[in-house]
Amino acid sequence: MAKNDVKVLGAWPSPYVMRPRIALNIKSVNYEFLEETFGSKSELLLQSNPVHKKIPVLIHGDKPICESMIIVEYIDEVWTSGPSILPSDPYDRAIQRFWAAYVDEKWFAAMRGLRSAQGEERKAFLDQVTEGLALLEEAFGKCSKGKAFFGGDRIGLLDIAFGSFLGWLKVTEKVNGVKLLDEAKTPGLVKWAERFCADAAVKNVMPETEKLLEFSKVLAAKMKGAPPPKN
Amino acid sequence: MAELKLFRTWSSRFALRVVWALNLKGIQYDTIFEDLSNKSSLLLQYNPIYKKVPVLVHNGKPLVESLLILEYIDETWKQTPLLPEDPSERATARFWAKFGDDKVLLSVWNVFIKQGKDQEEAIVTAQENLGFVERQLTGKKFFNGETIGFVDLAFGWLANLLSVWEEICGVTLIDHEKFPMLSEWIQNFAGAPIIKESWPPRDKLITKYQALHEVYTSKEAPK
Repeated sequence: MAKNDVKVLGAWPSPYVMRPRIALNIKSVNYEFLEETFGSKSELLLQSNPVHKKIPVLIHGDKPICESMIIVEYIDEVWTSGPSILPSDPYDRAIQRFWAAYVDEKWFAAMRGLRSAQGEERKAFLDQVTEGLALLEEAFGKCSKGKAFFGGDRIGLLDIAFGSFLGWLKVTEKVNGVKLLDEAKTPGLVKWAERFCADAAVKNVMPETEKLLEFSKVLAAKMKGAPPPKN
Repeated sequence: MAELKLFRTWSSRFALRVVWALNLKGIQYDTIFEDLSNKSSLLLQYNPIYKKVPVLVHNGKPLVESLLILEYIDETWKQTPLLPEDPSERATARFWAKFGDDKVLLSVWNVFIKQGKDQEEAIVTAQENLGFVERQLTGKKFFNGETIGFVDLAFGWLANLLSVWEEICGVTLIDHEKFPMLSEWIQNFAGAPIIKESWPPRDKLITKYQALHEVYTSKEAPK
């Protein structure tokens, strides 16, 4: 397929944007990466995702696909000649999807809370994050069955969902002076994280921690200056 | 020993999705009704993280989260497919089901539990969200086309619960003028025999939500 038939609208720091890029790399699909300017939204983005106005958006031919994990499943279903991202057994698929949703709805929500929290609230979020990692360590044992990734021998859906947060996890460790992935408590995840970040499909899209750290400071400054969010 | 067990409550709008999916596909299963104020040890064992219904247990293996359960059911029993075959149509269906749960449900619930200016703002948000949903019905009887599918089941709560909430809080969110297609969809969905036969009793729903409404609105000072 010609490169300009597949586009990803996104931004380099976003873990959500990483997900379709990893999936496309797994399938060896060439794509054009259209980067949004931080602080503004392009016409193309507003047209392609009028409901949420958010990245990532995959544009395949003229069809926009939105929501990062929905995009990953779409990629898996369209490019069937490449390695599978989801397992074939329906129960295994359900387990991968369950933990991917858990990572997004529960675990990363606690990580985000940690970013701006102070005092007691901060401790509460930190507890939630570490409890979540303990659950994910256990899930890793069950899903990997002794192999390298949640998906087995190769990166799968859950690896992509959780692994895309590793950059921000390292930033959080630095900023808060804590070790979240720990050889003593989460040995499986520590090794998995190294393998994930080194994988050919991931290496070139995983941002460097230092760059992400700098960006997080810019983001924090912008958020401080912004009016309080409406619920 | 039965192969398939569904843990649910009499009123859970999420569990109803699973009931409908299994009924649409003609699948036999056992039902276990839970009392959420006194959860069974089995439920807690099967769903330790969220401790919620629905839980579908298939050959001893638990599945949780209603939309994920629907995908599992669709992949395991191929008759009466819930999701379309085409990948971009599948992505679209998943997108709208997610939008329904992440945005529509919450925004409509906010209309139900808030008062005064907060409620007015909630109405604006809810109707904006419903506007997006309305447009998805253009030229179609159901979100899935001619037959009920994944997105219809995901939005099923709009066809029974919404009118209960509207009646209790005195606000009409979906009126025939502003939302003609959604209004018609509600009639078509609610009228389908498989759906109708599993509706929880309306009077019981009114009692339940009336009580909840009082709890929420007594917490807030009217503005």
